[in-house]
Amino acid sequence: MSKSPETQYPHKALGWAATDTSGILSPFHFSRRENGDDDVTVQILFCGVCHSDLHTVKNDWGFTTYPVVPGHEIVGVVTKVGNNVKNFKEGDKVGVGVIVESCKECECCQQDLENYCPRPVFTYNSPYYDGTRTQGGYSNSVVVHQRYVLRFPDNLPLDAGAPLLCAGITVYSPMKYYGMTEPGKHLGVAGLGGLGHVAIKIGKAFGLKVTVISGSPYKEAEAIDRLGADSFLVSSDPAKMKAAMGTMDYIIDTISAVHSLTSLLSLLKLNGKLITVGLPNKPLEVPIFTLVAGRKLVGGSNFGGIKETQEMLDFCGKHNITADIELIKIDQINTAMERLSKGDVKYRFVIDVANSISSL
Amino acid sequence: MASQPELEHPRKAFGWAARDPSGLLSPFNFSRREVGEKDVAFKVLYCGICHSDLHSLKNEWGNSIYPIVPGHEVAGVVTEVGSKVEKFKVGDKVGVGCLVDSCRTCHSCSDNLENYCPQFTLTYGAKYRDSTITYGGYSDSMVADEHFVIRIPEGLPLDAAAPLLCAGITVYSPLRYFELDKPGLHVGVVGLGGLGHMAVKFAKAFRAKVTIISTSPNKKEEAIQHLGADSFLISRDVDQMQAAKGSLDGIIDTVSAAHPLLPLIDLLKSQGKLVMVGAPDKPLELPIFPLLAGRKIVAGSLVGGLKETQEMIDFAAKHNVKPDIEVIPMDYVNTAMKRLVKADVKYRFVIDIGNTLKPY
Repeated sequence: MSKSPETQYPHKALGWAATDTSGILSPFHFSRRENGDDDVTVQILFCGVCHSDLHTVKNDWGFTTYPVVPGHEIVGVVTKVGNNVKNFKEGDKVGVGVIVESCKECECCQQDLENYCPRPVFTYNSPYYDGTRTQGGYSNSVVVHQRYVLRFPDNLPLDAGAPLLCAGITVYSPMKYYGMTEPGKHLGVAGLGGLGHVAIKIGKAFGLKVTVISGSPYKEAEAIDRLGADSFLVSSDPAKMKAAMGTMDYIIDTISAVHSLTSLLSLLKLNGKLITVGLPNKPLEVPIFTLVAGRKLVGGSNFGGIKETQEMLDFCGKHNITADIELIKIDQINTAMERLSKGDVKYRFVIDVANSISSL
Repeated sequence: MASQPELEHPRKAFGWAARDPSGLLSPFNFSRREVGEKDVAFKVLYCGICHSDLHSLKNEWGNSIYPIVPGHEVAGVVTEVGSKVEKFKVGDKVGVGCLVDSCRTCHSCSDNLENYCPQFTLTYGAKYRDSTITYGGYSDSMVADEHFVIRIPEGLPLDAAAPLLCAGITVYSPLRYFELDKPGLHVGVVGLGGLGHMAVKFAKAFRAKVTIISTSPNKKEEAIQHLGADSFLISRDVDQMQAAKGSLDGIIDTVSAAHPLLPLIDLLKSQGKLVMVGAPDKPLELPIFPLLAGRKIVAGSLVGGLKETQEMIDFAAKHNVKPDIEVIPMDYVNTAMKRLVKADVKYRFVIDIGNTLKPY
């Protein structure tokens, strides 16, 4: 007889889950596994609200299994470590990101690219190797294999640092891989939300000139004065877009709505690279002639491996980079999700888990 | 008074031209410019027929200027050199490809990437510095700036050398730039025509394993027995394509008709590269999930710069990479064009200009 979420595992847990495609979250009693020899148990303090959480609770991508507790921008404190765990001890501040397990044997895993493993286990909504499904960080605890636990930098605030676990690595990884780190080069950031605003900060830390490309003109002052972008391009202004043609070395495209790549590609110089990190639910149109005539490329990138995520966290610690957040209590999550669907947040909601998902 | 082609320049020339979008070619008297101090004049002996010639003749891109003398795979023997020419002398075997001029001062030109100069001049159908329209290699002679003239190495017959000047460089350049030239890589080639068969030959010369992806099952035996491909996938065969998923390091896609990209992206390994060298005139759909999930790219490439074209032809001579050609007399050209529409050629027509182009 299959076990209920509460009795599947020995340790009771409390989270908020969505139970159907309305995406409305409500309290959900479940359980966490016994802390094995390689495991770390984390008492969750904060969890960022990623747009992927919203897509998942509403089953936008078509592969959600309910009930689902989302959340993969987790920051907390270690409460227990297994016998084989050497790098973490009780009391350590740690993070858990998008992935909590992988096969560890394939070429990708062996190259520290667990994010490209063909058998990944994501932090939520993923079948785990024992047949259960993973539940994420909108909850009071999580048990994770030590390989997938990140050391959180001492000097960064836990709440504002939580979004780095997904938003941070999602933009940092392609910047490194596609060579967008040469000081003085020109980076375009398309879309100014959770991903976009972190991309500006990391881009500036790499010494790049950063231009925000956005359909919302009212975001300009904030982008420049507060976030540090060098310039702002209104994508719906044809004259401005035309004037900016062929000026950018690379573009990080964070837009998750379906949009045309044609105008973005025209902004690139010869050999320019447009890397898409947003996940639109339909294919995008790409003008092949524009790629051919300028030897341009469109690439994808999917968060990052664990080693690189640690590197990113340390980089952000060194450069004092955190997200701009709006801290909420878990009771406000449904309102937050609605506001997120309209882009009404500067620029990431973070759930104050410790003070709102009461422990049992 | 409209300039007459015969009177524009001081040196008489003759060739075959199309005078309207029927694309039918017939004898045409015109003229070539005087040999300037940096110019090389040569007698044309062979000219390859590129599919671009056909597109141009029929005004399929909407920008043709008639009369058109096509031909940008031109090979011949030097008859005169200007006073400041350093690289060539009378009697040298030379060729001209897709470009006869560029601005010579922009970043692209300074980086030996004249093919990406925003002001390049095509070998035919384009406006030259002196405001005349360029005429291509379906003609008895050419005059070109030495910078845009390629030396044809000894040991490479002129008729075989001609198609290298466009088809050859078009596939050689992206194999190099996108690092698909390392031994042991598995490279796919989509489309088995003029470009495709050259891609197979260069990839084999780079010691890659080569898989051809084609809609025509009847090409399989030839592809494997004669061209040396290692395997052959029929793109419409779902089972074959499924079995080959995740097997290719890169793909050179030579098909310019619209076609779905998803099956090709799925053939790529993680970090794989799909490079388009044919240019469909409408945008194609690009599915984003598979791009992200495998950190794959879709890129374009356009012929090659002059330095690289010389490098390519020297490599071809050294490694015996030669196109498979059907040599035809000048007056067969309209029939050849009809056959080219049906891809009825293995794999490039080359016009025997020297022996069969006669003045009228």
